[in-house]
Amino acid sequence: MMIESLNYMPHPKQANAQLASHFTDLAPALNARQAAIESARCLYCYDAPCTRICPTGIDVASFIRNIHDENINGAATGILKQNIFGGSCARVCPTEILCEDACVRNHDAEGQPVKIGLLQRYAIDNMALSNHPFARAASTGKTIAVVGAGPAGLSCAHRLAMLGNDVVVFEALEKSGGLNEYGIAKYKLTDNFAQKEVNFLLEIGGIEIRHGQKLGANLQLKDLHAQYDAVFLGLGLGASKQLGLTGEDAPGLLAAVDYIAELRQASDLAALPLPSRAIVIGAGNTAIDMAVQIQRLGAEEVTLVYRRGFEAMSATEHEQHIAKDNQVRMRTWAQPQQVLLDDAGRVRGMRFERTTDVGGRLTGTGETFEIAADAIFKAIGQGMDVASISDPLASTLKRDGDKIYVDDQFRTVLPKIYAGGDCVAPGQDLTVQAVQHGKLAAHAIHSDINLQLEAA
Amino acid sequence: MSKLRADLSIEFCGIKSINPFWLASAPPTDKAYNVVRAFEAGWGGVVWKTLGEDPAAVNVSSRYSALYGKNREVIGFNNIELITDRSLEINLQEITQVKKDWPDRVIIVSLMLPCEEKLWADILPLVEATGADGIELNFGCPHGMPERGMGAAVGQVPEYVEMVTRWCKTHSKLPVIVKLTPNITDVRAPARAAKAGGADAVSLINTINSITHLDLDQMVAYPVVGGASTHGGYCGTAVKPIALNMVAEIARDPATAGLPISGIGGIGNWRDAAEFMALGSGCVQVCTAAMLHGFRIVEEMKDGLSRWMDQKGYTKVSDFVGKAVPNTTDWKYLNMNYQVIAQINQDDCIKCGRCYVACEDTSHQSISQLIDAAGVRTYEVIKDECVGCNLCEITCPVQGCITMVPQKTGKPYMNWTQDPRNPRAENVAAVKAVEETVAAV
Repeated sequence: MMIESLNYMPHPKQANAQLASHFTDLAPALNARQAAIESARCLYCYDAPCTRICPTGIDVASFIRNIHDENINGAATGILKQNIFGGSCARVCPTEILCEDACVRNHDAEGQPVKIGLLQRYAIDNMALSNHPFARAASTGKTIAVVGAGPAGLSCAHRLAMLGNDVVVFEALEKSGGLNEYGIAKYKLTDNFAQKEVNFLLEIGGIEIRHGQKLGANLQLKDLHAQYDAVFLGLGLGASKQLGLTGEDAPGLLAAVDYIAELRQASDLAALPLPSRAIVIGAGNTAIDMAVQIQRLGAEEVTLVYRRGFEAMSATEHEQHIAKDNQVRMRTWAQPQQVLLDDAGRVRGMRFERTTDVGGRLTGTGETFEIAADAIFKAIGQGMDVASISDPLASTLKRDGDKIYVDDQFRTVLPKIYAGGDCVAPGQDLTVQAVQHGKLAAHAIHSDINLQLEAA
Repeated sequence: MSKLRADLSIEFCGIKSINPFWLASAPPTDKAYNVVRAFEAGWGGVVWKTLGEDPAAVNVSSRYSALYGKNREVIGFNNIELITDRSLEINLQEITQVKKDWPDRVIIVSLMLPCEEKLWADILPLVEATGADGIELNFGCPHGMPERGMGAAVGQVPEYVEMVTRWCKTHSKLPVIVKLTPNITDVRAPARAAKAGGADAVSLINTINSITHLDLDQMVAYPVVGGASTHGGYCGTAVKPIALNMVAEIARDPATAGLPISGIGGIGNWRDAAEFMALGSGCVQVCTAAMLHGFRIVEEMKDGLSRWMDQKGYTKVSDFVGKAVPNTTDWKYLNMNYQVIAQINQDDCIKCGRCYVACEDTSHQSISQLIDAAGVRTYEVIKDECVGCNLCEITCPVQGCITMVPQKTGKPYMNWTQDPRNPRAENVAAVKAVEETVAAV
């Protein structure tokens, strides 16, 4: 994955070691004493709202009580039983809109939720299990193909393996982990955690991962369908949405996810191309991740532009604070109108049109302004990579909007083919949601296979 | 700032004290240095750490352990220290000097000796010569000393308590306070014995036999002494309920009525002190709280007690000493017609569900959990099922959210002896007559 369109740019002034210090843990881990204090705050609610709201149904009160009772392995196992990606979810989950928002302590006198995310991380980081916590059931003799080694695919693979099935995972990229490896801000998942987590997950056995296998390129759904007992598609959303403006391909304009992936994989941060002035378009967590990271690399001026107001941003308030704390300038109520290019055809800025809300409809006011920039990063959402579902069988998959249609058991309209994670319609596009999809799909697959077995 | 009006000075079995806060016989009162610091901090008196016969006791290392709450606050404390490990002569010299330097402060000398009258007869004049205000007989130490026939070994045998008390009254003019052990079935027996022996007062409780916790790796209890442990004396906040009950038992026992009580056991603030006093303690002794926080705590204790007294219109301590004793009675005299019902203040409720699960699992299924379409939970008391046990109020994390509301039953006072549901109702009156006869004897 090269970001060739920025190759002409200068590089960060600081050396790699110094730059790396800007990408350490955004929210540092709790030490034992902090975990003891924080876990003591949990009220051990009955039928707890935090558990109810967790997409994977982690028994939060139980794992926190275990932490307090110094049963860290018990706490970690309780988390992993529901969510095998409990470690990365502890770091990347928007807890401020999930468990920590539901925490009853928000309504208690101090008005502060229990730091559930940090406690979850404490449990996972400090577990000392001598073996993988889950054993495989007796072999079913079945093998399932999983496409995509991201959270959805691997969650599905792990649960299928646990239930006694063998799994072959097909992954287009060099590394497993999906967005955890390539897409999350570097300071949210540090120390190669994504790979460590994948390795831990694979300890269960029965899972083989084949890299460089891209559906629609060197891998056909019809072959998987023919060769395996079932197929799970955890494709994610591989395509960045387009602005639809002239100059979209100009040097200096690229998708934020591509730069983030490059940044996360860089062995030398000082070798990255770095615009001194950057515009980020969008208002999701990816936009914030992009803006903050480029600022931390040493960009002079980073402006995030969004066509609506702060309250409409999909980035949570917590994320918006991170951007503000990192001196990211945020302009709202403005939409891209024209990519401004210099004589060499490279990005020199962007013209925006001010917008307003007219009866719920976003409308341009006709008034414009320009922001000078050396690079523009698009973070206006991701979509299905159409190429990956374009082979003769895949193209018959029923769609739901631009995503794959599934029923409540994560079955597509094609027999033996299931899908989950960001590439399907239900749920929010969150890691934790993808993990739950994978887990539930595994149970559906396993149960469907066994039913067929009984019927035969 | 308006001046506090309450007079905190007391007279306890003839001993005048500028306030009712004394330090108990324990490590904080082991030597002049500590005691002087305590007096500087404002304590009204001290009971000097127990003196015994020479050679002095020898202590081990380590000595203390604790039971912690969820936030590492010390709930209970335990020690295996013996009586003073310094010579009698040094202690007597220091007592003499400190009393001379601090004439308005009380110094009580704690004593522990084998049960031989001559030993007591010999030591008492020496103590009297220091100018000390009184003596306290340590009949309560539960660790180490009982193995040598002293401390709790004496306190557990009422006849010994009476005998040694009498020796002390015989050989000394000083007020004698008998310190009682809680490691006994009925604390009234040694209290009656102390009174029979001529005691001027009792003090209680001494510490409780205890093991606070274990090292499960080494399989040994704390405090660890070279890979082994022994039971120690338990004190601190955790023992307060036990101490309060024992104080009340003596205070309301007709046989010991009027016997001054020095309350001890988990007192850490003015409210604890006021509670002990309300149940009949004329003064209180503090140890663990001072050991954990230093002598400075007496400042807040004095201030808090004064303000509370002002607020309540008590001008002197004796105005409220014993005031809760008449309201402490036997179960059989409680009003069977009294009824409270839990009431949940929905504005304060944080929806944790603790009241619900507690009542549902372990009590009377008197709280309903209602979940609306949006998943919002509401907890409501089922009035007809509620027996008024207080469990929901106790487990509720929000202070004041659940209250127990007295109901208007329209029924008069009726105790168990009068209750038609009592199959032995006719016997109760007879039992009471017997009890009164016994008490009179």
